[in-house]
Formats: sequence, structure tokens, C-alpha cells
Amino acid sequence: MDHVLEIKNVTKKFGDFTAVDSVSFSVEDGGFFSILGGSGCGKTTLLRMIAGFEIATEGELLIRGESMSGIPPEQRAVNIVFQNLALFPMMNVEKNVAFGLQRQKLPKPEVQKRVSEMLERVGLVGFEKKDVNDLSGGQRQRVAIARSLVLKPSILLLDEPLGALDRKLREHMKIELKVLQKEIGTTFIYITHDQSEALVMSDKVAVMNQGRFEQLDTPKNLYRHPATSFVAGFVGDNNELDITGYADGQLITANGGKLFRPGLDIKPSKLYMRPEAFVLNPSADLSNIEKIDMQIKALLFDGANSKISAVMKQSGDDVLISLPQNAESESLREGDELIVGIHHDDMKCYQE
Amino acid sequence: MKKNKSSTFFLLMVPVLLWLVLLIVIPHLDMFFRSFRFENDEGLMVFSLNNYLSFFEDKIYWLTFVKTALYSIGVTILAFIVTFPVAFFLTKVVAKKYSSFMVLLLLIPIWIGELVTIYGWMILLSDNGVINNFLMQIGLIDSPIVMLYTNFSMTIGLLYMSMLFMIIPMMSALESLDDSLIEAASDLGASKWTIFRQIIIPYTTPGIASGGIIVFMLVIGDYVAPNILGGKSSLWFTEQIYNKFLATFNWNEGAAFGFLLLLLSSGIIWLALKLTGQKLEKVGS
Repeated sequence: MDHVLEIKNVTKKFGDFTAVDSVSFSVEDGGFFSILGGSGCGKTTLLRMIAGFEIATEGELLIRGESMSGIPPEQRAVNIVFQNLALFPMMNVEKNVAFGLQRQKLPKPEVQKRVSEMLERVGLVGFEKKDVNDLSGGQRQRVAIARSLVLKPSILLLDEPLGALDRKLREHMKIELKVLQKEIGTTFIYITHDQSEALVMSDKVAVMNQGRFEQLDTPKNLYRHPATSFVAGFVGDNNELDITGYADGQLITANGGKLFRPGLDIKPSKLYMRPEAFVLNPSADLSNIEKIDMQIKALLFDGANSKISAVMKQSGDDVLISLPQNAESESLREGDELIVGIHHDDMKCYQE
Repeated sequence: MKKNKSSTFFLLMVPVLLWLVLLIVIPHLDMFFRSFRFENDEGLMVFSLNNYLSFFEDKIYWLTFVKTALYSIGVTILAFIVTFPVAFFLTKVVAKKYSSFMVLLLLIPIWIGELVTIYGWMILLSDNGVINNFLMQIGLIDSPIVMLYTNFSMTIGLLYMSMLFMIIPMMSALESLDDSLIEAASDLGASKWTIFRQIIIPYTTPGIASGGIIVFMLVIGDYVAPNILGGKSSLWFTEQIYNKFLATFNWNEGAAFGFLLLLLSSGIIWLALKLTGQKLEKVGS
């Protein structure tokens, strides 16, 4: 497949501060690509460089094989949906969507046709003459997306557009965005700090930290096989334990706990175990399972996300364990002792 | 609040009512009635429209009236053209910590007072003033250009004393303009000129309108700049009113002229708001 975007060793410095540190990647045409990272990790700067609002200090940026150096935002086949949407408050829905087409000096009937097609696509038929200030959050979102997509860009950039929506609507918009992207086939580059948004919608996700990509992979691989301890801690929930020693397959935690994890060829300093990787009361015939004695400190009920806050009996290390909501787990009480098992492969170790 | 007729409400209303009634309503009513009083041939005061008729009979009043109106509109437009780039620079380009200091500098002429700044302009503009001297020294001109006591110097004076009142409302309008709107427009393919015309101007129109009203009212009602910098030829309508009151002591006719000026300025502002599609409530806030 063709690469719609290629980034080669791009660095951006603001004074002494390096916002983006020699990042290289390419994005396949027609995909949903996300950049996931905490605030200040450089993801917005990276996006603004693609849009053309910031100039890279070093490196090269190619869109459909063409170098973008010296090309201003208004001439790039890239459009952006801003975090605050940046709808034009003095124009109605139709005029907002038509704004870009009018800049291309297209004949009026053509503009009309493409605007109404686009409004139909995003489900805003009948809202043409509405003031953008009178729309709901989800509708404003769709206007912003329609306003960019109507120009048929090579890439649509989205800068945390769901951030301002309430939770229910955000869940809904996630699915809507994903479906829309599949339908029209435009490449989406989506910036977010919300891992669930990135995991649900994307074909590929890049996890960014301190101006660098930690890992660029499919959502499933990010979750199953984090390449670095940062990714392990950032994507999904995880129990993080400091490791002070490793010998003969035996991990020693900072509190002196001993866990068996054979087959490591590094000198580990961190151990990650996902709450949902634990099995309660594992049967004896399972192999490659490390069994740990635990005592329940508290039961944290949160519907399907319910957890047990437990301590490892031998060392006192705190661990969160997923609590399936079934009749069996009903009988658990605070202070109870139980044995949990975890597969050796789910005990992720990293050297720092 | 309107339904709450408690004693606190009335207590709070008292200063407002006193101000409105004593300082605005009563003086204006007094002027209004005075403008219809006319001394007839027998020396008796009678009700008459003569004070207003004399305005329409004498051509000089008419001409002054029209000139005052046109120049006031012109100065208002000039004030916008001159101050817009400054306001834009101070809100969107320069860092916040410097901009507040720069605004403070801009306000210095107001602290000094109009009369003193006007005398300052006289020093600059007179035949042997700073500007003429400089131009002659570098050999650009042989004899001084007459700038003082002309419509040019009057316009400069009016502009200088009023334009700050345009900057402040325009800056607050520009400050509330989110930078991402400008970026979004440019991302959608708009040129700098289109962004200015289609985004910035429509967004800041309420600020421009409220600044425009203040500037226009200050200019049309100003006396000092036309009188000192405009000299004998200035023909500003406030000077005619001044003459009625203090040169000919015809207070009744002066009152009538004052009301005509009030009608004129209100009429022009109403028309300007209509033409730009602005509402007074929105501009006032």
C-alpha cells in the first residue's frame, strides 16, 4: 500500500525544549492512525507540523511523496479538526461547511451540491441554516468534521476532538468516527490522550512519550506486547512492581516478595501484571502458571470493571485484580485469603 | 431582581435615579423647552419654532453642520484604519507581558489632557515647527508647508485625541477571538486577506462598532481641537453653539442648535448600526 504520509527524522525545538525528538514513521493510505500520549508529550506539535502551522527544526515531511517544506497550511492537502472545533461563530452550518470550497473558487451549484452531500453523510440534513452556537456538542463535532472532509483532503487530522464531550456521547462518537472513516476511506490521523479512543478506533497506534515514539503497533499488540515499560504502564491498567533482583527464574520485589518467572534474558527492574490477566483460584492442572497467595484488602465494585485490591501475603505488595461479576465471586469478603494465578507470559518484565 | 421590591432594591436605585433625573433628564428637558422659546417684537417670551428655523435659513449653519458630520465620520473611519493594526499587534502578535505595558504607554496622552497634547501638535505642525524645520534641513522643501490652522491639522488633532477610545474595545474583541479560528480558516485554504475580511472583521464588528460610536461622539462634540488646530477656517458645529451661548448670549437658539447636534449624531449612529447589521444592546455590552 502507498504511504500517504512519511515523516523522516523530524525534530521540533522551542528554544532549549525539544518537543518532538527525531521522529520517523509513515502512514498507509486509508488507515486510521492514532498518536497516543499524555499532555506535553509532543503529539500536538507533531500534528501542527503535519498541518503546516509549525515548521520542523530538522527532518523531512512528505505527503503523497511530495516534500512539504515551505508549503503553507492553506496549500496542503491536509485538513484539521481542532480540539475546540473552531467553528466560525458568525456563520451558519451550511456556510461553515462551504467555507473551504468557496476558497477554491468552485462554481456555486457545485459548492451547493458537495455541501449537501457532506451534510447528508454526517447526518445533518435540515440543519443547514442553523446557527452553529445552537447545536449540541455532537452536532458541532460533525459540522467540524464535515467542514474538513468536504475538501477531500489526503489526510484528516483530528486533535482530541472528543475531549469536550460527555462520556456517553464520546462512546457514541468513537464508533461514529470509525464507521465514517471506513465509509469514505480518507486517512485519519487522530491525536488523543485517551487510550480507549485510540484502541477502539485505530488500525495503528503510536504511543508517544517525551517527544519520541515508544511503540508503533496495532492496538492489540500494544496491549498484549508492550515494547517498553512506559507503554505497559500507559496502555490499559497494570500493576507495576519494582524488581530488585533476578536469579534462577526468581524475581525479587522491592519489598522482598519472590515470584517465579523463568526465561528472562534481561536484568529486569520492573514487572507489570494486568489486573485482568489473573485467574482466581486456578486449578492445579494448569501449566506455566505462577500462583500467588493474596489477602483481600478491599472489594472495589464498579460493575464490569470491578476490582479486588489485594496484598501479596509474603511481601505486602499491593496488587489490583479484576473481579468477574458472577455468583462465585459474590462470596468474597474483605480479609479473605485467596490464591490467584498468572501465566508466565503475562508477567511482563522490563529493564530500565 | 425586578420583582424584588425590597428596601435594599430601592436604596440601590436612589443613586441611579438621582443621576439620571438630576444630571440628564432635567437639564435636557430644560434645554428642550428653552429651544422653543423666542422673544417676540414686544419683548415677550412666546412658544415658537423660530430658533430652529434660523438654522435652516442661514447657509453657514447648514454647511457647518454637514461638514462637521462628514469630518466626524471620516475621522472615525481613519481611527479604525490607524488603530486596527495596532490593536491586532498588541493582542495577537506581541507577548502578553509586553502588551499591557505598551497599552499603558498608549494611554499617556489621556493622562496629560487634550489641551496640552493639542499644544504639542501646534509645536510640531506650525510653519517654523519641528516637521517643517526638519523637512527644510534635509532639503526636501524650500519654504514651509502650511499645516497648522487647516482642516488637516484639525483632523490630526481630532484623530489623536479620540483613537485610543477605538483601540480598547477593539482589543477586547480581538482578545476573545480564538487563534484557532484564524488557523482553521487558513487550514481550509483562506488567504490572509480572506481571513481578515471573512473571519476577523465579522468577529470584531461589535467591538469596532462600540469603539466607533465613542470616537464619533467625542469628535462630533469636540471643541478644543477644531478651535485651536483648525483656526478660523475650522467651522465646527460646536463652535456655532458656543457662539450662540457666549458670544451672542442667545441661549434659546443655542439650545435649539444643541438639540440639532444631538439629533444629527444619534441619527448617524442609528444609520451606521443599521447598515452594519448591529444591535445597540450587543454593541453596548
